[in-house]
Amino acid sequence: MDFRLNEEQQMLQDTVARLVRGEYSFEKRLEYSESELGFSADFWKQLGELGLTAVPFPEELGGFGGTGVEVQSVMTELGRGLCIEPYLQSVVLGGGLISQAGNSEQHEQWLGGIASGETRAAVGLQEPQSFYDLNDVEARAEKSGDGYVLNGRKAVVIGGHCADVLVVSARTSGNSRDADGISLFLISADAEGLEHRTYPTIDGSRGCDLFLNNVKLGPGALLGEEGKAAEVIEYQAGRAISALCGEAVGAMEVACDLTLEYLKQRKQFGVPIGKFQVLQHRMVDMMSELEQARSMAILAASVADEPQSDERRRILAAAKNVIGRSGQFISEQGIQSHGGIGMTWEYNFAHYAKRLVMINHQLGDDDFHLERFAALLK
Amino acid sequence: MNLNYTAEELAFRDEVRAFLDEKLPADIAAKVKGFRRLSKEDHQRWQKILNEQGWYATHWPEEYGGVNWSPVQKHIWDEESSRYGAPRSVPFGVNMVAPVIIKFGTEEQKQRYLPRILTGEDWWCQGYSEPGAGSDLASLKTRAVRDGDHYIVNGQKTWTTLGQHANMIFCLVRTNTEVKAQEGISFLLMDMDTPGITVRPIITLDGEHEVNEVFFEDVKVPVENLVGEEDKGWTYAKYLLTYERTGLAGIGISKAALQHLKELATRRTKNGRPLIEDASFSQRIAKVEIDLMAASISNLRIIASVEGGGMPGAESSMLKVRGTEIRQTINDLARRAIGPYAIPFVEEEMDLDYDGDFLSDENAAPVTPQYFNNRKLSIFGGSNEIQKNIVSKMILGL
Repeated sequence: MDFRLNEEQQMLQDTVARLVRGEYSFEKRLEYSESELGFSADFWKQLGELGLTAVPFPEELGGFGGTGVEVQSVMTELGRGLCIEPYLQSVVLGGGLISQAGNSEQHEQWLGGIASGETRAAVGLQEPQSFYDLNDVEARAEKSGDGYVLNGRKAVVIGGHCADVLVVSARTSGNSRDADGISLFLISADAEGLEHRTYPTIDGSRGCDLFLNNVKLGPGALLGEEGKAAEVIEYQAGRAISALCGEAVGAMEVACDLTLEYLKQRKQFGVPIGKFQVLQHRMVDMMSELEQARSMAILAASVADEPQSDERRRILAAAKNVIGRSGQFISEQGIQSHGGIGMTWEYNFAHYAKRLVMINHQLGDDDFHLERFAALLK
Repeated sequence: MNLNYTAEELAFRDEVRAFLDEKLPADIAAKVKGFRRLSKEDHQRWQKILNEQGWYATHWPEEYGGVNWSPVQKHIWDEESSRYGAPRSVPFGVNMVAPVIIKFGTEEQKQRYLPRILTGEDWWCQGYSEPGAGSDLASLKTRAVRDGDHYIVNGQKTWTTLGQHANMIFCLVRTNTEVKAQEGISFLLMDMDTPGITVRPIITLDGEHEVNEVFFEDVKVPVENLVGEEDKGWTYAKYLLTYERTGLAGIGISKAALQHLKELATRRTKNGRPLIEDASFSQRIAKVEIDLMAASISNLRIIASVEGGGMPGAESSMLKVRGTEIRQTINDLARRAIGPYAIPFVEEEMDLDYDGDFLSDENAAPVTPQYFNNRKLSIFGGSNEIQKNIVSKMILGL
């Protein structure tokens, strides 16, 4: 048994780490976040040039053939830098869905660009009423000629404001929350009838809600088999959960480092506050939460590309539950350990805290995944 | 044992309710209930209404224009005004510096400052914490050196809440460096317009400007602005902190926030049903409601024990810890209730006069910022760790 990255994986992670160190100071991140695009086009370009946006795609489709472990290596470093580029949305989710379910024409049309970073994708899988249930789909796709007409609304599409192509779920048959009858569609960002309501996110990124008003699509827009997308979505969401675990671990590492550093240098009552036992124990608890999260991230990566099974489902639900809880714990206790300074915009800790808490709101929070895990108890 | 209000107390509650029904402006109540920003003008408008009723200074003796309510009456007022969505009074003038001036100030200070607090002419802020003096407040370094009829003040204060609105500040300053830390501190009142005072905003993680840094560079403060005796400021500071600590538990606010959470959970859906009908989410709400019920009775027990006069002791520290934990849990649940919509930061919807479509729920926009902002509750007014130190020392003798 060996939990270490192999040489190639380590080199990959080092490459991302160097890039993030060079390009992603805290001050620059604030600039990127406030820019018109909402992230750094230049950094995104470099991710592409270094082949990082190609990591998860099969070699025959122009990718690097990376597994969940490679994707996590990239995401961990992006998490350490608190990077706001839409890697998860475009590469892991959008590109991943196209790669998994697309036909050769769709692969050819989209994957080269997504793998090189020249094309950006985003996914609309949630709806206002859906909470975190990706089968709760009310948007409808009606047959029209040899194509479809889509109506409905997709909620909180992170990175949707700058995506060239959107992968959205819509119902071609059945009732809301039926697994059967959900289909995926590829929609160009400038499609007629597609409206974006764009907003910043609390963690410094950007997203939108998508309003589909009689969006007319040709037959080539259907991604995968009609009505059978639920499994495809669940599978890819599982990979994205593994990727998010990586990001969370990266962010938690920095959050713990910052807190430990602060406990050593901040003096009150004539001593570094790290001399107080109550703060020592809290720091130990934070580290132990981080280790729990790290373990579950490793486990998640190990099943991310396995065929679907209840065991894969259980592990991914457990992993997301753990990182949700540990992320919130480290955020809250880290702020508390810092005192007021941990709450300020000017100091980076708060930004890690916000990202960590928001990771819990992507692809299901700890409560949601606890229920999923409980439903699979045997 | 009798846990019911007396007939007089019930009559008082009716009077409070009638007043709030009639006088509380609907727009202000809507802001408070929806966790939206209050402007300086909102606070001042409500203060004027309260002052006209004679109910602004609930902690003052009647001779200075206070109400002199019993602890139970104050409690009824807190409960009802929170429930109706009345803003909490900004405490720095009326509930912090005023009790100190009343107890330790000169006749001139009382004559000059107390009426101006009642009318709202003066907006006070607090100069306690410094970059190097947080939990260890007594290590403060802002220096005041006597020079004839003045003190010359140099140094820096921080976390000065709403200092951007204030025209007056009360400060703890070091007047003696020869003695042990607590014995060389004095309590000074300063006009914020005095040359040499600079206010710089601190933006918090939710993007809000609520707190400030205040810098003092050769600020000339007349000696008549000293409260009490030189070097005895620590005594006054501690006296003030006992006032600060009561009410920090925020039981009334938690009750209002719980109501807000339930409404949110009734409108949000999960599996096609209202979220509040979801077994696990409703149990989370139930658990915090039970905790709040217990804390609320603990609060009443403290109130009853001081009904005869005096200030609550270290019990209020325990209640501060509990109360702030409960408020933070309610904020956590509200954030959970809006699910994916916790992520968008839709600032425009936080203004009451926003007239566009709401992204998800009319009350969703402030929820996540509020959750992050209220991490402060366990830090300010003496961090919860310091409160526990107080309890272990004062009650347990450890």
